[in-house]
Amino acid sequence: MLADKDRIFTNLYGFQDWGLKAAQARGDWDNTKALLERGPEAIIEEIKASGLRGRGGAGFPTGLKWSFMPKESRDGRPSFLVINADESEPGSCKDREIIRHDPHKLIEGALVAGFAMRARAAYIYIRGEYIREAETLQKAIDEAYAAGLIGKNACKSGYDFDVYMHRGAGAYICGEETAMIESLEGKKGQPRLKPPFPAGAGLYGCPTTVNNVESIAVAPTILRRGAAWFASFGRENNKGTKLFQISGHVEKPCVVEEAMSIPFEELIERHCGGIRGGWDNLLAVIPGGSSVPLVPAEQIRHAPMDFDGLKELGSGLGTAAVIVMDKSTDIVRAISRISYFYKHESCGQCTPCREGTGWMWRMMERLRTGDAAIEEIDMLHEVTKQVEGHTICALGDAAAWPIQGLIRHFRPELERRINEHNAQFQEAAE
Amino acid sequence: MADRTPAPDTPELRARWGGFAWTPENKKIADWHIAKYPEGRQRSAVMPLLDLAQRQVGAETGTQGWLPLPVIEYVAKYLDMPVIRVLEVASFYFMYNLKPVGKFHVQVCGTTPCMLRGSDALFETCKKRGMVKGGISPDGLWTLTEVECMGNCATAPMVQINDDNYEDLTPERLDAVLDALAAGQQPKTGTQEPGRHTCEPLGGPTTLTAMVDANHDYRGEW
Repeated sequence: MLADKDRIFTNLYGFQDWGLKAAQARGDWDNTKALLERGPEAIIEEIKASGLRGRGGAGFPTGLKWSFMPKESRDGRPSFLVINADESEPGSCKDREIIRHDPHKLIEGALVAGFAMRARAAYIYIRGEYIREAETLQKAIDEAYAAGLIGKNACKSGYDFDVYMHRGAGAYICGEETAMIESLEGKKGQPRLKPPFPAGAGLYGCPTTVNNVESIAVAPTILRRGAAWFASFGRENNKGTKLFQISGHVEKPCVVEEAMSIPFEELIERHCGGIRGGWDNLLAVIPGGSSVPLVPAEQIRHAPMDFDGLKELGSGLGTAAVIVMDKSTDIVRAISRISYFYKHESCGQCTPCREGTGWMWRMMERLRTGDAAIEEIDMLHEVTKQVEGHTICALGDAAAWPIQGLIRHFRPELERRINEHNAQFQEAAE
Repeated sequence: MADRTPAPDTPELRARWGGFAWTPENKKIADWHIAKYPEGRQRSAVMPLLDLAQRQVGAETGTQGWLPLPVIEYVAKYLDMPVIRVLEVASFYFMYNLKPVGKFHVQVCGTTPCMLRGSDALFETCKKRGMVKGGISPDGLWTLTEVECMGNCATAPMVQINDDNYEDLTPERLDAVLDALAAGQQPKTGTQEPGRHTCEPLGGPTTLTAMVDANHDYRGEW
């Protein structure tokens, strides 16, 4: 098990004060100037060497992403860092804990990351529903300004860096990086076509990098303890520690920081008090937030919880939001509710997604009661394939994958419902 | 998306809200928001300003607040934006109420993680008290909305009522919260599970136990 001394988010549960003094006593903002003095190149190299992959779901190498930013501005355009705190993926509840209990890790990370990519300011885009969390974050930002840690001559490094908070207003799609940029510019959050990629033309047409809260907040600790330390956890290509968020049918749902690649069974037994009703009662697990396909009980039990391990199972780590479902679950309804979520959150820009998410949800609702024909299962699968990959952003894919996972693993259950439903009518007719 | 249309533009609406202007305090906040964005990019502040306007309407009406058309026009004028650009933002994001709401906006999360932990029963609890989805209860106290994942999944099921979250709910616990609000009291926010602090496993954390009682500095053990 990961030792407490190797956990980055030591105030994860908020037992102690989030304020600057307490955070400094825990080691935040400890000679940040020295970190900056290493220079942008060295910081990026260290993050690259640590093997940190983006914690927002896609798992893109963070250091590499930073290195895409221009090293100097040839045309006078400034660069921006945008921090994605629009945590809305069903099952995900980690950024909230960072923001309300360890906000200074995020703000210090913003300075370090922003300096490494030569950004002049960071905008932290926090989801609108995190109202109290936003209040805490703004107070923490104010504290950091007052202490001279950010702003003009941040940490006496000679570098000027501003951190601003921008609140969203309830749109899941704004977690997509270009939708977030649109929203920051005061528009509807509808994703942009890429290219141009944000590193070339992002916020206000300036070079921009969008990073998840967790990716940014772990950066200062990685620099302090070294890339080798961070890379000592997890399997090759899946390094580091990670906040896991376990919800659903476990005895004790919780958020916990663990080493990457921890086997599912160990994660559940150690921190969550086991599966409700025992391991024989486990039906399926959605291991990475609602967007990833579910994994049936027998496959997930010994699987390593990391990007590659879950990809091998046809699923993904996503945000490490683990939704556990026991045998009491109406699995078709559980997935249908996710389909409703995507129907609700589709921004309406691309036709396959706008029309497809509603169609898929209505079809799922019919499958839930069995009011369908067997062939319609294949038709639904076909439609998910027509939505997937045919939209500007990945919301269409995210709506398709849970349904594909259901059909892949629970087709007999779908057929059983249809046969049962249709038999009723046959009896009535006779 | 059926509810995402503005309230009808009637003479009564104009008479009631046509004179909307920032309170002196809110004007300061509005200008502080605008100053966060680069010169010439003041429309970036449209979201915080709509939120601020909704809150001001809320303060004037004793509710969570909403956005009548004249208020949307006021924000547009304040930011020198075409009204339609502000209206489309107001209608795109779900936290802007385009119709009046009750004193308490009870937003029950119904997405899968909350559903698995019993959010169905929370809707029943709300309905038993006369709440209807999208409407105001006859006593003017409640508006019920089913919302999508609120990011409290490890303490599910949950509701957000105006600015506060109430987590780890059962029908009885929700009833207690609603009773307290109706009586004008402020119930404890966050988890309603006795003995639970935030999102740690129930019964005490399995990690970081040294942090429970004192602010522990782990650096000495590195």
